[in-house]
Amino acid sequence: MEIKLKVWKQKDAVSEGRLIDYNVNHVSPDMSFLEMFDVLNEELIVKGEEPIAFDHDCREGICGMCSMVINGRPHGPLEGVTTCQLHMRSFKDGDTIVVEPWRAQAFPVLKDLVVNRTAFDRIIAAGGFISVNTGNAQDANNLPIKKEDADDAFMSASCIGCGACVAACKNASAMLFVSAKVSQLAKLPQGQPERYTRVAAMVAQMDKEGFGACTNTGACSAECPKEISLTNIALMNRDYMQAKFLENE
Amino acid sequence: MLDSKIPEGAIETKWSKYKSSVPLVNPSNKRNLEVLIIGSGLAGASAAAALAELGYKVKAFCFQDSPRRAHSIAAQGGINAAKNYQNDGDSTYRLFYDTIKGGDYRSREGNVHRLAEVSTSIIDQCVAQGVPFAREYGGLLSNRSFGGTQVQRTFYAAGQTGQQLLLGAYSSLERQVGMGTVQMFSRHEMLDVVKIEGKARGIIAKNLITGKLERFFGHAVLLCTGGYGNVFYLSTNAMGANVTAAWRAHKQGALMGNPCFTQIHPTCIPVSGDHQSKLTLMSESLRNDGRIWVPKKQGDDRSPNDIPEEERDYYLERKYPAFGNLVPRDVASRAAKERCDAGFGVGPSKMAVYLDFKFNMMRYGRVEATKNGLANASDDEILKLGKDVIKEKYGNLFDMYKQITGENPYETSMRIYPAVHYTMGGLWVDYDLMTTVPGMYCLGEANFSDHGANRLGASALMQGLADGYFVIPYTIGSYLNKEIATKAIPTNHPAFEEAEQKVQGILSKLIGIKGSKTVESFHKRLGKIMWDKCGMARNEKGLKEAIEEIKALRNEFWSDVRVPGSQFEFNPELDKASRVADFLELGELMCIDALNRNESCGGHFREESQTEEGEALRDDANFAYVAAWEFKGESDWQLHKEELKFENIKIAQRSYK
Repeated sequence: MEIKLKVWKQKDAVSEGRLIDYNVNHVSPDMSFLEMFDVLNEELIVKGEEPIAFDHDCREGICGMCSMVINGRPHGPLEGVTTCQLHMRSFKDGDTIVVEPWRAQAFPVLKDLVVNRTAFDRIIAAGGFISVNTGNAQDANNLPIKKEDADDAFMSASCIGCGACVAACKNASAMLFVSAKVSQLAKLPQGQPERYTRVAAMVAQMDKEGFGACTNTGACSAECPKEISLTNIALMNRDYMQAKFLENE
Repeated sequence: MLDSKIPEGAIETKWSKYKSSVPLVNPSNKRNLEVLIIGSGLAGASAAAALAELGYKVKAFCFQDSPRRAHSIAAQGGINAAKNYQNDGDSTYRLFYDTIKGGDYRSREGNVHRLAEVSTSIIDQCVAQGVPFAREYGGLLSNRSFGGTQVQRTFYAAGQTGQQLLLGAYSSLERQVGMGTVQMFSRHEMLDVVKIEGKARGIIAKNLITGKLERFFGHAVLLCTGGYGNVFYLSTNAMGANVTAAWRAHKQGALMGNPCFTQIHPTCIPVSGDHQSKLTLMSESLRNDGRIWVPKKQGDDRSPNDIPEEERDYYLERKYPAFGNLVPRDVASRAAKERCDAGFGVGPSKMAVYLDFKFNMMRYGRVEATKNGLANASDDEILKLGKDVIKEKYGNLFDMYKQITGENPYETSMRIYPAVHYTMGGLWVDYDLMTTVPGMYCLGEANFSDHGANRLGASALMQGLADGYFVIPYTIGSYLNKEIATKAIPTNHPAFEEAEQKVQGILSKLIGIKGSKTVESFHKRLGKIMWDKCGMARNEKGLKEAIEEIKALRNEFWSDVRVPGSQFEFNPELDKASRVADFLELGELMCIDALNRNESCGGHFREESQTEEGEALRDDANFAYVAAWEFKGESDWQLHKEELKFENIKIAQRSYK
């Protein structure tokens, strides 16, 4: 296959960026999207041109590091798939593909397709945990948890923190990411003692980081590579409201 | 002779006695003691959280953009713990025994027993953190089987156990970051240890965004930097996984233990072409419900669904009736290689075997049909019910297989082949997890200590969290209690200056070569040498050739590599070059170690040393030791030995038949 690429190149956080054209020949349909970038970068280096910087690590869809907006869609055309798990068989010979970084005020571009997502870490640091010190725990089976609740919590917990939800949202809102962690812990008995202080703290940090507001469009969930459900946002909104009432008591 | 500092006394009481007699550091002194932790996987994140909870001042580093990305996240199948919740005869002793036997009697009894002891607390801790383990309808935790054991002691969260455990540890770490007790430095890579008067006192790290070198002081340094499987280029490791921090520590005096002990995992998705950048594991847990087979006829090109039952060779079940598909990884990998080498391999490359789920889909389907009162369900209906069960257990793995290969594993057998997965070797540590450099510790996969010559499935997560949550918080006190009078050393100390200049020299040199070949091309060539000559089967001739080939490749690298760009920018090619430079040295030592160990054990298979049936043949008279290598200079290492004493387990030829 032959693929034409238009890729966002940006020297650093302060420089302006623009789309640059590249051609990649001899693309195998079995290549992953990132392997196509590997091949292109190898060619660029040999030619003495600058390779394209992009984030990636595990290449099995779980670390959440890869992050490309492909033809306007975070992680590309397939549902429930990260960029690294997207393969070239999803494209046609001769296709032109536009590749851009996540775009959000809270995720500044560092270089080319690489953005800074440490805002997510700070939201977790604000409250995305259960305050239990090492060694404090009782025997695990002393606390039975309904299988449905555990499965539900797991579904929320499967968020990989990639930020596609933010990139997909016209407001660059982080509600799906934040609500996934809030819901995971709210659905489990261990999470109850801090349930309302947690949601208030995490939402406050989210706002502070400059993420936009949620207008319930649902693009976040539609583009989420782990198909995190919008119901997490509903649960979070309910808990947040309750938290605010409790604060006023 | 190396002193592992295993406490005296009966094996069952060593750790409890140690814990109650180890010197403590009082809380006000802890606040003045600084600990640097490199790596944020299960070992690093749990250690950072646990030490900060105790009151130490922690600085933590990772090369990824967030600590949550460390490659522990990709572990699929589960974590072992001797809870005996299944009432099937498990115990601390049994886990200890299985681990020693699984490691083919090349690990240290004292450490392994401690690991088995603390395993149960890990599960308790993780549940308390909100890790959503799989549960039964009664609300209690579910277990499954893994290779090399006959009990069900593996706890899991679908096929994403590593993710859930790491996010638990990451949450605990971030909680401490929020409280100001841990300072987190992401996109920072450690490039050297700073030693002052023989002790580890800090690190030089590269800020991967700006390219600047930064200096950090610590009273102790913990390396939690994972394994070095990427020396093979193709492995199941993340692209960024590297040996650099551990290797630079090795060159500063930390001995490297059993570097040739590599785990080749039997069930990975086969290579599809030259563009391949990494390999993907299909969890060992699939062997609970999957049966491995090849056609009975050589070169059989029919689709697997067209090959009838009687023409299939379920070779693991045939050769190892007691353990069947659940033999340990090294045994299963060699058996797959043997069948493919003999001409029975399948798929386009003929370097693959089948993993089939239909038998167990039907078994589960019948159970579901009975539960639902469907007495006369057709085979198709039963199969559908069974598929749903399989989907719940392994859905994400099946999806991943489909994404990568374009084939639907619910309808046809998976094709799998062994791939490099884990390294049992690593920096040599004593019972305290301290390396031979005082004040420098090594935790998790990066150390050599617990898995001998072969790690059992679901034991890596166990070891990472054991080291971080439950071992280092005790053992570090035995060093730091003597350091309470040591004031923080300013980083303008000459030792920091010198270390930084050395690192700067390496980076400048790499950029300055301006040769004609890419870093990646050297890495691929190194990987091919390692896989062909230091992979699943090794022999004297091949290893000697590999050593010379690696030396030549290293010379070529240092004269002809091309690193684009400059240092003071975001430059992943430079970072990769610095890692590959270290792999080019490590590869040589791995071959030297493999050559020295003229016996087969676990994952280390020397063709010269095998039984009549082709199984690994140990030589306990000559090789019941840990080979710990001291760096003396380029291509020059001195061998130190730690004798392995088996006082509690009778050493025997391993049998899974």
